[in-house]
Amino acid sequence: MSDSVSVMPEHPPVTDWINDFDHTDPVWTENPFPIWEQLRAASPVVHTERFLGCYMPTTYEAVKQVAYDTEHFSSRRIIVRDVRPEITQPAPPITSDPPEHKPAKQLLLPPFTPDAMNKLEPRVRAICNELIDEFIDDGKCDAAACYTKHVPVRAIAHMLGIPEKDSDLFIKWIHEILELGIKDNDTLMRAIQEMSAYFIGHINERKNKPTDDLITTLMNAKDKDGKPLSDAHVLGSLRLLLIAGIDTTWSAIGSSLWHLAKTPADRKRLVAEPELMPTAIEEFLRAYSPVTMAREVVKDTKVSGCPVKTGNMVLLSFPAANRDPAVFPDADKVVIDRKENRHAAFGLGIHRCVGSNLARMEMTVAIEEWLKRIPDFRLDPAGKVTWSEGTVRGPRALPFLFGEAG
Amino acid sequence: MSGKLKIHVDQDKCQGHARCKALAPELFDLDEYGNAHEHGDGHVPDGLEDKAYLAQTNCPEFAIEVSEE
Repeated sequence: MSDSVSVMPEHPPVTDWINDFDHTDPVWTENPFPIWEQLRAASPVVHTERFLGCYMPTTYEAVKQVAYDTEHFSSRRIIVRDVRPEITQPAPPITSDPPEHKPAKQLLLPPFTPDAMNKLEPRVRAICNELIDEFIDDGKCDAAACYTKHVPVRAIAHMLGIPEKDSDLFIKWIHEILELGIKDNDTLMRAIQEMSAYFIGHINERKNKPTDDLITTLMNAKDKDGKPLSDAHVLGSLRLLLIAGIDTTWSAIGSSLWHLAKTPADRKRLVAEPELMPTAIEEFLRAYSPVTMAREVVKDTKVSGCPVKTGNMVLLSFPAANRDPAVFPDADKVVIDRKENRHAAFGLGIHRCVGSNLARMEMTVAIEEWLKRIPDFRLDPAGKVTWSEGTVRGPRALPFLFGEAG
Repeated sequence: MSGKLKIHVDQDKCQGHARCKALAPELFDLDEYGNAHEHGDGHVPDGLEDKAYLAQTNCPEFAIEVSEE
C-alpha cells in the first residue's frame, strides 16, 4: 500500500457500463468480453466521465478510424489515467505524432525484423527450457510467476545487453508504471526515475566501452539530420522497449497457456498437429489481445458518426476490436486454424508495435517448448487465476497441475 | 489454374506486420525496416495463388492488392 497523497480515491463500482465504463473495475478485469459486447450493441463509441472524460470506440471500424487519424488523435498520452499531469517523460516513438514519429520509429525497426528475431530464437528456446527445468519435477506450478513472466524479461534483457538477473527490478517498475500508475502518480514518477537512473548507468558504461547490443545501437543511431540522438531520446526509447516488451508478451503467453489448460481439445490438437502453431498463435493474439492503448483528442471530430470532443482521452481497445463479430465470424470462439485473421493485436497504422516480430517469436517458442515437455496440464482447482488490471490484460497467477486429470 | 495473378504491396499502407512474409515467403520480401514488398515483379507463380490470397486476407492494413494479369 502506498501512503502517497496523490493516490486517487478508489473508483466506485460500475453500475452503468454504457455511460460510466471503467476499464479498471474488477468486473472488467475478470471478464471484459460480455462488457464489450454490451457496449458495442449500444454504440460504436461510448463515453465515461471517469478519467477526466474518456471515449471508447467499441467496433473494429471505429478503433481503426481512431488509429489511422493522427490529426484529431494524439499519441502524446497513451495510458488512460485518473490524472493528466504535464508531459515530462516522452517515450518516442510510441508517444510521438507525425512528423516526429517516423524518424524515431525507423531507428528502432531494423533490430526487430523477423530475420533479427531468428538470430535471437535459440537463446529464447534455451531460456524456456531453463525455466521449465526449475519446476517440471514438482508436477505443478504457477505458470505466470514461474514461466510466462520470465521469458520476455530475459529475452529483452538479452537484446538490450543488460543483466538477465535484474529481471525482478524490471517487473517491479512495470507494475508500478502500468498498473499502480493509473491511480498513483507519485509511484509512477518514482518508477520512471529509478528506471532512468538504471539506464543512464548502462549508457555511461558504453560511452567508454561500446558493446554489441541494442543500447549501443541506439547510442550510435543518427537522427534525420545526421546528429546523434540526445541521451533523453535514447533513455525514452529504452524505457519504452523495457515497458512495452515485457508484460505484453507475458500476458500473451499466459493467456495462450490458460486457454490450452482449460481446452484439452485444442491442446491435444496442437500437440498432434504442430503445423497449426502459426494460425493458433494468431488466434490467441486475436482472442486474448493483451494491449489496450490510448489517444488524446486534440481536435473535435466524429468517429463512426459519433461526435468526440477535444480534451477527452480515448481508450483504444484493440482487444475489443478483435472481438467484433462484424469482422470476425464466431468472434467469441477460439478457432486455432482460423484462416482469415486480420486482427489488430499489434495496433493499426503508424504505431504498429515495433516488437511484434519479437512477441510472435517468443509466444511461438514459449508454447512449443512448453507443449514438448508438458503436453498435458490443467488449471489447479485449489488455486485461482488472477488477471492484471488496466492497460495490459493477462494472467498474473496461473496455477497449473501437470498431467491428465486423474 | 495458370499463373495469371499479380500482387502489389501499397507502401503507403504497409506498416510492417510481416504477416504476408510469414504466410507466403516466396511472394514477398522485407526491407531493412521490415516493410513488405512483392517479390520481383509481383508475378505469382503457378501453384502459389492460394498463398497470395491468404497473404492478402491476413494483412491487417489491407495493403496487398491481388489482380489478374
